[in-house]
Amino acid sequence: MEHKPSPLNKPFWTPGVLVMLVFMAAGAVSIIARFTGGIGYVTNLSNARPWGLWVGVDVATGVALAAGGFTTAALAHIFGRHYYEPITRPALLTAMLGYTFVVLGLLVDIGRSWAIWKPMLNWNTNSVLFEVAMCVMVYLNVLYIEFFPIIAEQFKGRVHLPGILSAFNGLLDWVLKIGDAILGRIMWIFIILGVVLSCMHQSSLGSLMLVAPTKLHPLWYTPVLPLLFLTSAFAVGYPMVVFETTLVTSSLKLDDEMSILTPLTRVTIFLLGLYMILKLGDMAVRGTYIYLLDGTYQTNSFIIEMLFGVIIPWVMLLFEGVRRSRTGIFTAASLIVGGVVLNRINVFIVGYKPPLAENTYFPAPGEILVTLGLIAALMFIYRFAVTYLPVLQASKEVSS
Amino acid sequence: MKLTRRRFFTFMGAAGASVTGLAPSANAWESKAPPDPYGCLVDLTRCVGCRKCEEACSTVNHLQAPERTNCQCTIFEKKRRPDEKAYTVVNRYFTGKLDNFDKPLPTFAKVQCMHCQDPACVSACIVGALTKDETGAVHYDANKCIGCRYCMVACPFEIPAYEYQDPITPRVMKCTFCCDRIKDEGGHPGCVTICPTEALTFGRREAVLGLAHKRLKENPGKYVQHVYGEKEVGGTSWLYISSVPFEQVNLPALPETPSPKLSETLQHSLFSYLWSPIALFGVLGAFMARSNKARSNTIEDNPQQKGGA
Repeated sequence: MEHKPSPLNKPFWTPGVLVMLVFMAAGAVSIIARFTGGIGYVTNLSNARPWGLWVGVDVATGVALAAGGFTTAALAHIFGRHYYEPITRPALLTAMLGYTFVVLGLLVDIGRSWAIWKPMLNWNTNSVLFEVAMCVMVYLNVLYIEFFPIIAEQFKGRVHLPGILSAFNGLLDWVLKIGDAILGRIMWIFIILGVVLSCMHQSSLGSLMLVAPTKLHPLWYTPVLPLLFLTSAFAVGYPMVVFETTLVTSSLKLDDEMSILTPLTRVTIFLLGLYMILKLGDMAVRGTYIYLLDGTYQTNSFIIEMLFGVIIPWVMLLFEGVRRSRTGIFTAASLIVGGVVLNRINVFIVGYKPPLAENTYFPAPGEILVTLGLIAALMFIYRFAVTYLPVLQASKEVSS
Repeated sequence: MKLTRRRFFTFMGAAGASVTGLAPSANAWESKAPPDPYGCLVDLTRCVGCRKCEEACSTVNHLQAPERTNCQCTIFEKKRRPDEKAYTVVNRYFTGKLDNFDKPLPTFAKVQCMHCQDPACVSACIVGALTKDETGAVHYDANKCIGCRYCMVACPFEIPAYEYQDPITPRVMKCTFCCDRIKDEGGHPGCVTICPTEALTFGRREAVLGLAHKRLKENPGKYVQHVYGEKEVGGTSWLYISSVPFEQVNLPALPETPSPKLSETLQHSLFSYLWSPIALFGVLGAFMARSNKARSNTIEDNPQQKGGA
């Protein structure tokens, strides 16, 4: 079977795209408010609660859900399961956009956005955040490099810039050709580097909270938090691909790719199972199950995370019937994705309990609008990219 | 990607050689506290809640004047925290102690940055904008700060405050230990110079710690037999003694382990000289070379190259 991605042969402006534009506009207004009135003007953050929705969702969750990029690259390119190549390009695009928006989210969240380059010069190697920042920065560039051949494939020998820019046609074409030729020889370095960097910062995102043992609820605070973050990133990678592929193929009426997704969910049984065992084992070893029935919203959030986000979808995937059903794997994948999202929200927001100052936190409308706006912008660019670049498999009626 | 065995091993050979040259040693974590820092003892039994320390602090640090400077009554109805406008505040607590006429006795407690021996904020700061200097003061350099607020997440005492209303150049605000003043011989923090009841005693940490233990020993019935800050999170420059349990005056029970110990140990044992990323790169490269070889064997008659990604 030959894998042949191609640009979509479909109109770009659809009602869905217009809805995204509305959310993007609302987010933009909120971002303007943040950069004129300050973070305090649009958020409910406080001195006791310095991190909220933007760090918990835009950054931590964004990184976790972009895990499809490195997990599929590892499977198809490193472990040689070339059968899965059709899903590597959409996963790569998702990861590239995901990380781009992690950085955009950070720019909105940090107080001095214009100083974001400073960690490159002022190193604090004791800081977990420094390592995360360096990894994310390098990895984002690795993702752009990995995406370059897709752009080259589409435009090589076909560069037609409009008007006065056409003077650069030759130069641009030459850049695409040379770049593609060089990258073709050394791409293996970037593919492995991408996986290594991902393992580093996916786990270190969990280490971030280790410095605050008295503030994070014991259900989540554990010395193995980095390992849990890493294994949950492994576990969520393929479900995210299933989730996304199903959404994309059904909304764009493409081939449903079940022949690839079904075996992919079998790998997930192992990866999610590993995460589940570590998480339950950690609870047993540290004896934190004593909190499970105390009825606080933290505890309930933990129970929902474990039950609906890990245990139920894992059991579902054990059944051959579920794995062969499009609805079945979509449901299981959505639960797993939701479970990891809730886990990151729990670690950074729900489980974070500063003991001294009296405080409660719920994101302000301004914060929610920024987050929704960024997600809408990500989907908008994804839609734009798959329309004009060879990312997705051609739909059945066209290819056959 | 055209990773061949030969190219891979050349690459890894170079990488491997550079790692073995720098062989990572699994150093045990060590405190980075300065050898003879200053300290300050707060004796809660002496504090009368006059709030002069708040006023002096705002003056020497060029902050706006404290809220209702002369109020020693209704201001205490709400528990206050240090914030971006005040580096220190005094709170009043009724802990159930009664005077001779069965009236509840208040305990007043000043709160400010504790200037930890091994501060979580200093370890956390992504750019090293927070540093522990030789006086023991935890110093903030706004010129390096990017505003990530990880210091605020890390601090076990919830001290650093943020200028949330400033859209472009917000700063982290917290007690400086008046580091510019105490650097000079005989210099004292603003709050200490003004305290009328000698509730605050400034000196070398060793010396004020000795003083604290002396008071506990000489008045065993008066004090809780514990110097708060001697061992909490590895020790702090500010120390408290009290006649009421510390939890009742919002000084939290904390472990004796310095907050940064676990994360720093983990980071350094995993990433010193980048040994684990390099090793992982090697393992993955070996897998990749093997699977590429297997593949070229099976499709030798079809030498078409796959794209990069």
